[in-house]
Amino acid sequence: MSGDSVEPLVTAVQPLGTGTIIGLEIHCQLNTRSKLFCGCSTDYRDDPPNTHVCPICLGLPGALPRVNRAVIEYALRVAKALHCEVPLESEFARKNYFYPDLNKAFQITQYDRPLAVRGTLLIEGDNGEKEVGITRVHVEEDPGRLVHKGGTDRPKYSLVDYNRAGIPLIEIVTDPDLRSPKEARRFLHKIRATLEYLGVFDSEKEGSLRVDANVSIQGGERVEVKNITSYKGVEKALTFEVTRQRGVIRRGQRVTRETRHFVEARGVTTSSRSKEEEQDYRYFPEPDLRPMRVRDWSDAIVLPELPDARRTRFITQYGCSPEHARTLTGELRIAEFFEQVADPGAPATATWVADTLIGELNYREMSVSSVPSSYFRELMQALSKGEVTDHCAVEVLRSLLDQLHAKGTCESPLACVARLGLGKAGEEIAATVAAEVICENERAVADYHSGKNEAFNFLIGQVMRKTKGRADPAALNRALKEALDMRGE
Amino acid sequence: MGTPTLHFSPKDRYNAFLTTVEDAPYCEGPLSGRGVAVKDNISTAGIETTCGSLILKGYTPPYDAHVVDLLIRAGAAIVGKTNMDEFGMGSTTEQSAFGPTLNPRDPKRVPGGSSGGSAAAVAAGMVDFALGSDTGGSIRCPASYCGIVGLKPTYGRVSRYGLVAYSNSLEQIGPMARTVTDLSNLMVVISGYDPRDSTTCERPYRHKPHPSVKGSKVGIPEEFFGEGVDPRVASVVWDAISVLEEEGAEVITCSMPSMTYALAAYYVICTSEASSNLARFDGVRYGPPVETHLPWHEAYSERRRIGFGPEVRRRVMLGTFALSSGYYGKYYAKAQVARQMVSADFSRIFNEVDLIAGPTMPSTAFPLGEKTDPLAMYLTDILTVPANLAGVPAISVPCGEVEGMPVGLQIMGRPFEDEYVIDAAFTYEQGVAT
Repeated sequence: MSGDSVEPLVTAVQPLGTGTIIGLEIHCQLNTRSKLFCGCSTDYRDDPPNTHVCPICLGLPGALPRVNRAVIEYALRVAKALHCEVPLESEFARKNYFYPDLNKAFQITQYDRPLAVRGTLLIEGDNGEKEVGITRVHVEEDPGRLVHKGGTDRPKYSLVDYNRAGIPLIEIVTDPDLRSPKEARRFLHKIRATLEYLGVFDSEKEGSLRVDANVSIQGGERVEVKNITSYKGVEKALTFEVTRQRGVIRRGQRVTRETRHFVEARGVTTSSRSKEEEQDYRYFPEPDLRPMRVRDWSDAIVLPELPDARRTRFITQYGCSPEHARTLTGELRIAEFFEQVADPGAPATATWVADTLIGELNYREMSVSSVPSSYFRELMQALSKGEVTDHCAVEVLRSLLDQLHAKGTCESPLACVARLGLGKAGEEIAATVAAEVICENERAVADYHSGKNEAFNFLIGQVMRKTKGRADPAALNRALKEALDMRGE
Repeated sequence: MGTPTLHFSPKDRYNAFLTTVEDAPYCEGPLSGRGVAVKDNISTAGIETTCGSLILKGYTPPYDAHVVDLLIRAGAAIVGKTNMDEFGMGSTTEQSAFGPTLNPRDPKRVPGGSSGGSAAAVAAGMVDFALGSDTGGSIRCPASYCGIVGLKPTYGRVSRYGLVAYSNSLEQIGPMARTVTDLSNLMVVISGYDPRDSTTCERPYRHKPHPSVKGSKVGIPEEFFGEGVDPRVASVVWDAISVLEEEGAEVITCSMPSMTYALAAYYVICTSEASSNLARFDGVRYGPPVETHLPWHEAYSERRRIGFGPEVRRRVMLGTFALSSGYYGKYYAKAQVARQMVSADFSRIFNEVDLIAGPTMPSTAFPLGEKTDPLAMYLTDILTVPANLAGVPAISVPCGEVEGMPVGLQIMGRPFEDEYVIDAAFTYEQGVAT
């Protein structure tokens, strides 16, 4: 080919997301009672620093790790739920690097012989359902935590808290199968739900999830984005990074292979010094632990109902719409809550939980676990018995959530209805109010009788105003019609 | 009435101890009131444990090693911590940051190492027995040089919990004593499964030495009498082997071709593991506090440069290199292959013989300060490292002298046949005594 021949290049500007390739590395703390290699409790969050420690998790000279069987069991549940293969033998390895929070100067993790490989997870992709490949699932220990004192920018000194050291982590690595930041977020939600259904993970614990992402634009170099610590952060970080890479390409430059850090507060990724990425971790098999042969354990595991199965059941058992079923099963706590408050054949409850309750909770940044299900059930019952209107039920719910948010407890829904005077007005009140409105609006009544339907709407509006929305709209409708027709005769 | 204590304040003219406990408490038990010296790389709650290194100066473990726990419960009194080559890295105890230990048989000579302090304490009669640790000969070498008995048990027979790791996959804690009977009694106490050490096995040692090698086949690898072995040492050891023959053993010569690679494989593996094990000593958590204004990684380098002796620095650097990406396959992975070959040689030989015998060390104890070339020093381990690579039990029992310095007879056995090895050593000991 001659040098001057001009080959048409495909340079059409592609929409954001096209040609995007994303793979995730997800670290979750497994919620076993004790740490990965010792008997220390994992429930450290409200306790003073360095109180959940022993010679083993402090990495004292001479102390040896000992594998907590429960951790392996939990990890195998995850592997099974993700349809992974469990190799006959797997082993722990040392990842050597210096850092002040790393007590032994190596992390015990898994390297070339992980616990499980080659799995899949079904997600709602950008173009319908899709299978995302799981490269590997392995177990490792969490390092300690540094607490910087005296200013965040240039701290005067740092303290080390080893309460977190040795907390079991599971690392799930995906194939580069995700095509947009949104898909990445959906994948993460699905992983979270799956892990929670398996009873191995509590997403509400602070710092229980950390994500690293590999992002590239087709044909470009891969960039690793580290330090994503929240669900919302994933989409934000990836959207920023994809946009940044597209900008680089648009300017005719090349995306360089590097590691970047996500700065959550600013919603940007920043380049980390190249020194860090050139680290040689000098992995080698952990000599203090024997290789594991756990395929039999994995075979013996019976999985609980997982999100997809529960979603199907919700549709058939409760008559939920597919969208509601997805929302209700997307988080274990919501699903469990729904089952506590729903009666089969009362699809309205699904709307109430999936739309109203979740919306109100998100607005207040509250978890569903703070809502007593018996109260919510009581409210739903009042609603179905016609004791309150939809409108009033929302007000009651808001009031109860505000109370829960403020002091963790609340009155019962019926007490709230009584206190606020939100009880549904009966047929009598409806009749009285209708009569009043008819007296006060002679002209509209006349218009109605001359066949103008808009007049009826006006009159019903007046009735609603007088009852402040507490009356059942159907009852009001009926009463007004009756009263008008009586006068018309 | 308080706890009984053992008064212990020896004249330590050989610098065998780094720490002594003047009034060591003890309780009832099979070893009641008997003093035991413990190598300074074995953790003792409340007693400073330095591994012979400046970087651990002032470190007092908050917990007892499993073996120490067992000793205390058996009634032993922990009378002190013995000198050693820094972190076990040496064969003379000259690499201690706290000065060399002298050989009680001739204070101008090295006691061997790295458990030189333990060997000297036993040889000088300061204690009846001691604990050492053996990564590549660190119990057997000083036992041989000081004229006492020392056993490296089968890997997995004694818990390493609390042993400050030098090379995890190679080392074992083991007993040292003046007689095979004392050594065996100590082994009874310290052996057995420990849930805290995943590499231990449910194979406790509950044996009483029994003088019998009748009908046993003893293999003599020709490589154990090859180049580099002092002919006078070889001759003394051959005499010892004929004592076993007189007691009814059948002696067969054999060959261990993997010996060619054993030493190189050993040094790659032990330095690799050491580079990782010793990385935690960064001057932040252990050792004397130092004011510094350097960035943390530079401060680490500085503390490690000052805190570690030259031999430790050399081995950490070698091991770091061997594990580096691009060199791992060339060194660490290859060393594992060589290690397999050594194990295979042992298996093959043990199909035909019950025991393997030869000299423990190629020479007797040499004068302090004589060997300065690291490579020449490494070569003295050639006869002891194969047992560590294969994990088999190996004992050194005194079998004579060359110019007044003791010579050790080394007897190795099949994995978990420590009893058999001890019986053979006992037979030799009794055979010579009668």
